[in-house]
Amino acid sequence: MLTVEGISTYYGNIQALKEINLKVEEGEIVTLIGSNGAGKTTTLLTISGLLKPARGRVTFCSRDITGVPPHNIVKMGISHVPEGRRIFPQMTLMENLEMGAFSRTDKREIKNDLEKVFHIFPQLKGREKQLAGTLSGGEQQMLAMGRALMSRPRLLLLDEPSMGLAPMIVKEIFQIIEEINSQGTTILLVEQNAQMALKTAQKGYVLETGRIVMQDNASSLLENDDVRKSYLGE
Amino acid sequence: MISAYYLQIIILVGINIIMASSLNLVVGYTGQLSIGHAAFMSLGAYVSAIVTLQTGLPFIVSLLLGAAVAGLFGILIGIPTLRLKGDYLAIATLGFGEIIRIIFLNLKITGGAVGLRGIPKETTLLWVIGVTLLSLFVLQRIINSRVGRALIAIREDETAAESMGINTTYYKTLAFGVGAFFAGLGGGLFAHYFRYIHPNVFGFMRSIEQLCMVVLGGLGNMWGAIIGATALTAIPELLRAGAEYRLLVYGAILVLMMRARPQGLLGESIGQTGGRSLKRRKTLFTKIKLFRRNK
Repeated sequence: MLTVEGISTYYGNIQALKEINLKVEEGEIVTLIGSNGAGKTTTLLTISGLLKPARGRVTFCSRDITGVPPHNIVKMGISHVPEGRRIFPQMTLMENLEMGAFSRTDKREIKNDLEKVFHIFPQLKGREKQLAGTLSGGEQQMLAMGRALMSRPRLLLLDEPSMGLAPMIVKEIFQIIEEINSQGTTILLVEQNAQMALKTAQKGYVLETGRIVMQDNASSLLENDDVRKSYLGE
Repeated sequence: MISAYYLQIIILVGINIIMASSLNLVVGYTGQLSIGHAAFMSLGAYVSAIVTLQTGLPFIVSLLLGAAVAGLFGILIGIPTLRLKGDYLAIATLGFGEIIRIIFLNLKITGGAVGLRGIPKETTLLWVIGVTLLSLFVLQRIINSRVGRALIAIREDETAAESMGINTTYYKTLAFGVGAFFAGLGGGLFAHYFRYIHPNVFGFMRSIEQLCMVVLGGLGNMWGAIIGATALTAIPELLRAGAEYRLLVYGAILVLMMRARPQGLLGESIGQTGGRSLKRRKTLFTKIKLFRRNK
């Protein structure tokens, strides 16, 4: 479904990604793990068009989307939940969700999808008029994911959904990720919480200073000694 | 009826409301700091005045032509500069304002430093009221539409807006163009009321004054822009009794105002609530909710 071939992305003179290759098949949860500054976020930003790679190619559903502006990539079916959630703080919860459906015009379907989002995130129900900036961290994460789902993505890019959340909430978020996936959305998940990510995903890639150093089934990576030492704290 | 003095103040209030509310679309709703708004006003003023003087076309035509040229320049300037953010955009719009001023200062058709004289007096109180209400109506319609939501999303978080599928460059340029169009209308009214314009009327200080109106009234609030424009037009006049001290008092009012209510009289922006007590914060939120558009 998504193929990333040899992308290199720079911030000014600094090369953040060095020839990254990865593949996501339809229906999968694929995770990208690695430490701070390894290039996980940069990879997602490059896929969703917010950054342009200097070299390499991104293909989505057999269409070349390298260099396509982000608003068109959303229309093609890739939705990005950015790091740190980035909800619109001074809009209400409902307005945030409506913004997620900005690129769509099918009003009736949007209404249906709102119902679906409230079904997946029952915590958000009844708070439609609350300013999003006054929600708790966990609720904001749920809102950010709900907002991204409102564009009806075929592929959902999740950047550090567990960041700054209490362990209980993290568990909940990961259950929701599995639920979203089981309803037919493919997921590319970037995480520092490697344990949770590898348990949820089918496939995993390990990033180190802008390079992919390992790729395998998630369960094998969980068993791998190097991964256990470096990322699982054992 | 009303004396010429009061009539002039009322007309200035109307024009300033158009200026402040159009600038509010760019700064308050879209979050793009522009300090060259007076340049668009001058484009509207000069183009409409020249059209009236040279062709004798009806006022409405020259007024609209002036606004259209200003709007077009808004788009042309917006395309390269709106890639810049915050302070950088402010400096770029400042530079643009100066360029326009200096061009008008050196062109023959604009009368150079002497300015344009003998513009027919077409602007009446009725014109000002009509154009002001119409501008406010159109701007309010834009803000409450899909376009308005996109603009507010850009202000709130540009990257997030972009990943929602909003073409941020397009909407920012649109806001800039629409803002410039209405500034041009204000300029046209101005030129045809005072009958004499010269480049320094539309200098940097006028841009700053218009920005003050928006900030004082409250960024991202239409009533705020109206009140800000009215207050900052009327206060200097009311202070006339104080002669040379009036600008001092005027400045002090601005400083005190920003200290007491940094979000402006009716502003939405919560900003840094810092040491604010929870209770005050709560009332702030309730107020924000009250002022949010009623659906």
